[in-house]
Amino acid sequence: MIRLLNNDTGGRWLIGSLLLAIVLIPVLNALPTSSSLHFPTYSVTLLGKYLTLALLALSVDLVWGYLGILTLGHAAFFALGAYAMGMYLMRQIGDRGVYANAELSDFMVFLDWQELPWFWQGFDQFWVAILMVMLVPAVLAFAFGYLAFRSRVSGVYLSIITQAMTYALMLAFYRNEMGLGGNNGLTDFKDILGYSLQSDHTKMALFIASAVALIIGYLLCRFITNSRAGKVVVAIRDAEQRTRFMGYRVENIKLWVFVFSAMLAGMAGALYVPQVGIINPNEFSPLNSIEVLVWVAVGGRATLYGAAMGAILINYAKSYLTVELPEVWLFVLGGLFVFVTLVLPQGMAGLLKRKGTE
Amino acid sequence: MNNFHLSTDLKSHRITPTGLDFLAPDKNHTVNVDHSILLYVESLSVAFEGFQAINDLNLYITDGELRCIIGPNGAGKTTMMDIITGKTAPDSGIVYFGQTIDLLKLDEPAIAQAGVGRKFQKPTVFEHLSVWHNLELAMAQKRNFWSLLHAKMTPEQLANIDEVLVLIGLKDQARKLAGTLSHGQKQWLEIGALLMQRSRLLLVDEPVAGMTHQEMDKTAELLRSLAGKHSVIVVEHDMEFVRNLSDGGKTVSVLHQGSILAEGTMAEVQNDDRVKQVYLGE
Amino acid sequence: MINQWLVNCLSWGLGCLLLVLANLSQAGTFEVVEREQALIKAKFDQKAQIMASWYEADQVQAVHLMQLMLNSQLYYFKQDKRLYQVEDASSGAIAQRIHDGVLITLKKKRDIKRVSINNRLRSVFRQRVVETQLSAIKPQDRLAAAEAIIGDTTPELMATIARLRAQEVDASVLAAFDLVLAVATLHSSDEDQQRHSIRLLGESLYPASLNALTGFLLTYPESRLKPMVSKYVEKIKGKVDFYDSLETIYFGLSLGSVLVLAGIGLAITFGVMGVINMAHGELIMIGAYTTYLVQQLMPDHIGLSLLVAVPAAFLVSGAVGILIERGVIRFLYGRPLETLLATFGISLILQQAVRSIFSPLNRSVETPLWMTGVIDINPLLSLTQSRMYIIVFCLTIFLLLLAVMKRTRLGLQVRAVSQNRDMAKSMGVRSEWIDALTFGLGAGVAGVAGVALSQLTNVGPNMGQAYIIDSFMVVVFGGVGNLWGTLVAGLSLGVANKILEPWAGAVLSKVLVLVFIILFIQKRPRGLFPQRGRDAKG
Repeated sequence: MIRLLNNDTGGRWLIGSLLLAIVLIPVLNALPTSSSLHFPTYSVTLLGKYLTLALLALSVDLVWGYLGILTLGHAAFFALGAYAMGMYLMRQIGDRGVYANAELSDFMVFLDWQELPWFWQGFDQFWVAILMVMLVPAVLAFAFGYLAFRSRVSGVYLSIITQAMTYALMLAFYRNEMGLGGNNGLTDFKDILGYSLQSDHTKMALFIASAVALIIGYLLCRFITNSRAGKVVVAIRDAEQRTRFMGYRVENIKLWVFVFSAMLAGMAGALYVPQVGIINPNEFSPLNSIEVLVWVAVGGRATLYGAAMGAILINYAKSYLTVELPEVWLFVLGGLFVFVTLVLPQGMAGLLKRKGTE
Repeated sequence: MNNFHLSTDLKSHRITPTGLDFLAPDKNHTVNVDHSILLYVESLSVAFEGFQAINDLNLYITDGELRCIIGPNGAGKTTMMDIITGKTAPDSGIVYFGQTIDLLKLDEPAIAQAGVGRKFQKPTVFEHLSVWHNLELAMAQKRNFWSLLHAKMTPEQLANIDEVLVLIGLKDQARKLAGTLSHGQKQWLEIGALLMQRSRLLLVDEPVAGMTHQEMDKTAELLRSLAGKHSVIVVEHDMEFVRNLSDGGKTVSVLHQGSILAEGTMAEVQNDDRVKQVYLGE
Repeated sequence: MINQWLVNCLSWGLGCLLLVLANLSQAGTFEVVEREQALIKAKFDQKAQIMASWYEADQVQAVHLMQLMLNSQLYYFKQDKRLYQVEDASSGAIAQRIHDGVLITLKKKRDIKRVSINNRLRSVFRQRVVETQLSAIKPQDRLAAAEAIIGDTTPELMATIARLRAQEVDASVLAAFDLVLAVATLHSSDEDQQRHSIRLLGESLYPASLNALTGFLLTYPESRLKPMVSKYVEKIKGKVDFYDSLETIYFGLSLGSVLVLAGIGLAITFGVMGVINMAHGELIMIGAYTTYLVQQLMPDHIGLSLLVAVPAAFLVSGAVGILIERGVIRFLYGRPLETLLATFGISLILQQAVRSIFSPLNRSVETPLWMTGVIDINPLLSLTQSRMYIIVFCLTIFLLLLAVMKRTRLGLQVRAVSQNRDMAKSMGVRSEWIDALTFGLGAGVAGVAGVALSQLTNVGPNMGQAYIIDSFMVVVFGGVGNLWGTLVAGLSLGVANKILEPWAGAVLSKVLVLVFIILFIQKRPRGLFPQRGRDAKG
C-alpha cells in the first residue's frame, strides 16, 4: 500500500497530515476549554465536513482531471448518498419526532400519509443504508453513462447534459410527492447506530471516519491512476479516437471510472449528512457541482492531492467569508474561477511542482 | 527469446533484422485466410453531401502482401482507411477481413482487436504520457478495465518495449513526455506503437512525411521486413519512397476519384496512360 | 335718466335670473343628496321604489347604482352620508364618490357601510339592469348582455327577451336571444321544439349551453332525446378540448419564442467560437434590469418604455458581452471547457453585482397599456394580447438576425470564421474583431430576450439561472450554426413544456423535457440541424 505513494510526494503529505490529525485532534479536543490549545468540538465537525468534501473533490478529479469529462453534476451523486444516509437517520428518530410516530417521519404525518412508502422499507437497517449509499449513485451513473458514452456524446455537450441531469433531480426532489421531505428535506436527526449525534464522542468518531474514508478513497484512486488502466484513462482524455483505434473499448472504461467515482461521491455524501444534520434538494443544485470544479482546479487537476487540498482550503475560506463578509464570497468564488483558468491552469499543485524543480 | 539483431552499421541506420518475430501477429488475431486473401474490399462507395469520395472501389490484399497505394490528393485514400478501420460508414459495398469477419459490422475497437492496426497521417501520440507508456498502451494485451487495473509488466514485455525503442531510435527519450518530441520523432513513436499492437494487417498512412532520406530508407526496410508475417498497406505520396518500397514486383494501386485507376508493379503503373494523364494533367 | 333706469332694471333682471338659475341647480344637487340619503336610510321594500323613481329621473346612473349594489360595491360614508363606489373595503383602499367622481382614501374600514340588498331586490334590480342592457343602443352591448344570461334567467327576463326579439335587427344578437330562449324550451312538451332547442344549443360554443344540455341529461335520464343530446354534448366537449389545445399551443408559442431569443445568442457564440457562455443567463438578466431602469427613468411614459428598452438592453448587454470576450474569453480559445468554467465565474460575479447594486429582491416591471388586453376569438378561446406581441416581437428579431447573418458583410464574415477560421483569416477577415463583435451580437440578443422576459416573469438577480438551462437545451436540441434549428427547437420546447404542464405539473414537465433531451442527444449528438464543414463543432 505504501508503494502506491512512491512517486507521490503530495499524497504522502496529505495522508501523513490526515493520520496526524486522527491522532492529534482527539487529544487537543480533550484538553480543557480554558487551554489555548483546545480544539473545540465545533471545529472538529467543521473539519470533518471539509474532509468529506475533499473526498467529493477526489471523485471529481478522477473523472475530470484524469478522464477529461467536465462533469457539472457530480453533486447529484453526493446528494443521493447523503439522502440514503439521511433516510436511515430519519428512521432512527423513531417515535421521538414531533408527531411521535414510530413508523412515519414528521413530514409524512404532516402530509397525511398512512404508511411508509415502499422505498423507505429497510432503511432502519444500517447495512441497507450503506448499500444504498453506494448503489443508488452507481445505478444512476451507470444508466447515464451507458447512454451518454455509448452514443459518444463528448465535450461541451456532455457537460451540459450532466448539468441537466442534476437540475432535473433537484426539481424532482423538491416535490413533496417524491416522499423525501420536499423542499425541507430530511433533518432533525437524533442518533446514528445508537449513538447520539449531539454527543462529542460521536462527532469525533464521525470526524475520524471521514479522515479514514478520505485516506482509503485516496489510496484507491491512486491505485487506479498508477495502474495501466490509469494510463489508458489519460490516453482517453488526450486522444479519445486514437485510443479507440488502439483497440480499447473507450465507453466501457469511461463507464467504470464514472461509476466508481459516483460511489466515492455517494460515500462522501453519506459521511457529510450526519455531521451537517440536514439534507435538502439544494444539494443537487448545479452551483454545488460547479463549485467542486473550482476546488479541483485551484488545487491542481490530475494530482488527486491537489483536489483534496483545494477542497479544504476553499471551503475554509467560504466558511470564513460567508460569516464575516457575506457579500464578498460570491465575488471571490467567481473571481477564483476566472483566475484559475486564465492564470493558474495547473493550480496550486502546479506552483508547488515548479518550486520543487527550481 | 528474441531473434532480433541490430546491425552495427549505425551511420547508415540500416536494419537487418533476422526476424521481428516478437512482433509477429498476436495469436489472438485468428483470421480465416483459406483463400489467401486477407482483406476484401468490394464495390465500396460513399458520398459526403453530394461529393462521391469513394466510387465502386475494389481492393484485394493477399495475406502477407505489402501493397502501396498512391494517388493525387482527394483521391480517397484516407477515406478508404477510415471505412476499413470503422470510423466512417460506407453507403454500399463490403469489407471483409479474411473469409468470415465483416468489418462493416464492427466498430473501431473491435476492428483493432480483430487485428487491424493503423498509423495516422497526422501523428497522434498521447502527449501527456511518456514515450515508454505510449508503447505500453499500444502493446498487445487484454483491453478490459479489470485486466488493465491489475496488469503487471512481464520481463518479456519489458524487453519487447526496449527493443522497439531501439528500433525506432527513441531509447534515450523513453521517459520524456510524448508531447515534447519533434514531428519526426512522433512519427517514429507512432510506428513503434503500431508495431507493439502486433496487428495482422497494418494500414500506414503517409509514414515518411517530414522524414530525412536516411529515415525514409529505414522506414522502407522496416515495412518490407514486416511483410510476410504481417500484411501491410502503405499510402504515400513520395514516389521515390514508393519505388523503394515496392521494389521486387510488389503491387502498387493507383487511387483516383474514389476508385482504382490502375494496378500493377511500379513500372507498369508509371507507364500507364491513364495514370500519366491524371498525374501530369491533360 | 331713462337710460339709468333701464340699466338698473336689466341688472336687477340679470341678477334675479342668475339667482333663480343658481337655485335651480342647487335644487338639482339638493335633490340628488336627498335621493342618496333616502336610499341609504331606506328599508329593503322602499329601496325598490326609490330606485324605480331614480330610474325615471336618470336611467344611466340608476342602472350603474343597481349594478354596484348587485356586486356589493356600493357604500356610503357615515360622515357625510354620500354614496361611494368601493371595490375592496379595507383601509388604504380608494373610494369614488358617485355624484362627482371625487376620490377619497379610506382610513378605517369602519368609516363606511355597505348599501345592502336582499334577494328580492336582487332579482328586481337584475331584471331592470339586464332589461336596460338588452335594449342598449350598441349591438355589441346587447349581445354581451344576452350572452351573459344564457342558462341563467328568470321568467320575467324570458318574457322580456321574447318581447324584444320581435324588434331585434342584429343577426348575432338575435342568435343569442334564441339561445336564451332555447334553454327554456328544452323542457317544453313539444318534442320538435325540444329538438330545435337541442340543435341550437349544441351548435353554440357557450359553456352555458353545455351546462344546459348536461343538465337535461340529468333531469330526464329516460328521455327519447337522450342520444341526440349526448351526441351534442360530446360535440361541444370535443370543441372545448380543441380550443383548449389551441390555447395551450398559443401559450407554448409565446414561451417558446422567448426561449428562441434566449437560445439564439448562445447558438451564435457557440457556433462561431465554440464557446459555451455560462454567463448567458446573466446577460438576459441584465437586459431585464435595463428595462426596469428605463421605466424608472421615464415613469410617465410607460407606453414608450419598452420601445426604448429594446435598443438600450441590446447595447448594454452587448457591451458587457464584448467586455467579457476581450477580457477573459479571448485568452481561452481552443479550450472550451476552461471557457465554460471562466464564464461560470463571471456569471457569479454578475449576479452578485446586481444583488449588491439593486437588491436581492425582485423588481417589478410594468406592462404598458397598449400591450394589455384580450382578443376574444370565440366564447372558448381568448388570447392575451401581451403574448401576441411577444411572439411577433421574437419572430421579428429572429428574422432581423437572419437578415444580418445572410445579407450583411458582418454576417458573411461570421459564417466564414465559424466554418473555417484559418481560411477566413487568410482571406483577410480579422477574426479577433469578428469574435468580439459576434460575442457582442449574441450578448445583445440575450439582452433583448431579457426585455421580452421582463413582461412574462419576475425580474430578479437569479432569473438568469432559470433560463440558462433552457437556453442550453434549445441549443443542444436545435444544433448549432443554423438559426432555423434554434427557431424550431425553441418553439417546440416551449410548446412541449406547456402541453405537459397540465398533465404533469410545472416541475415534472420540466424534468420530462430535460430527460427527453438527454435521450435525444444519444440519437443525434449534434442536434436537429447540425453544423456542416470540417471545423464543425460537435
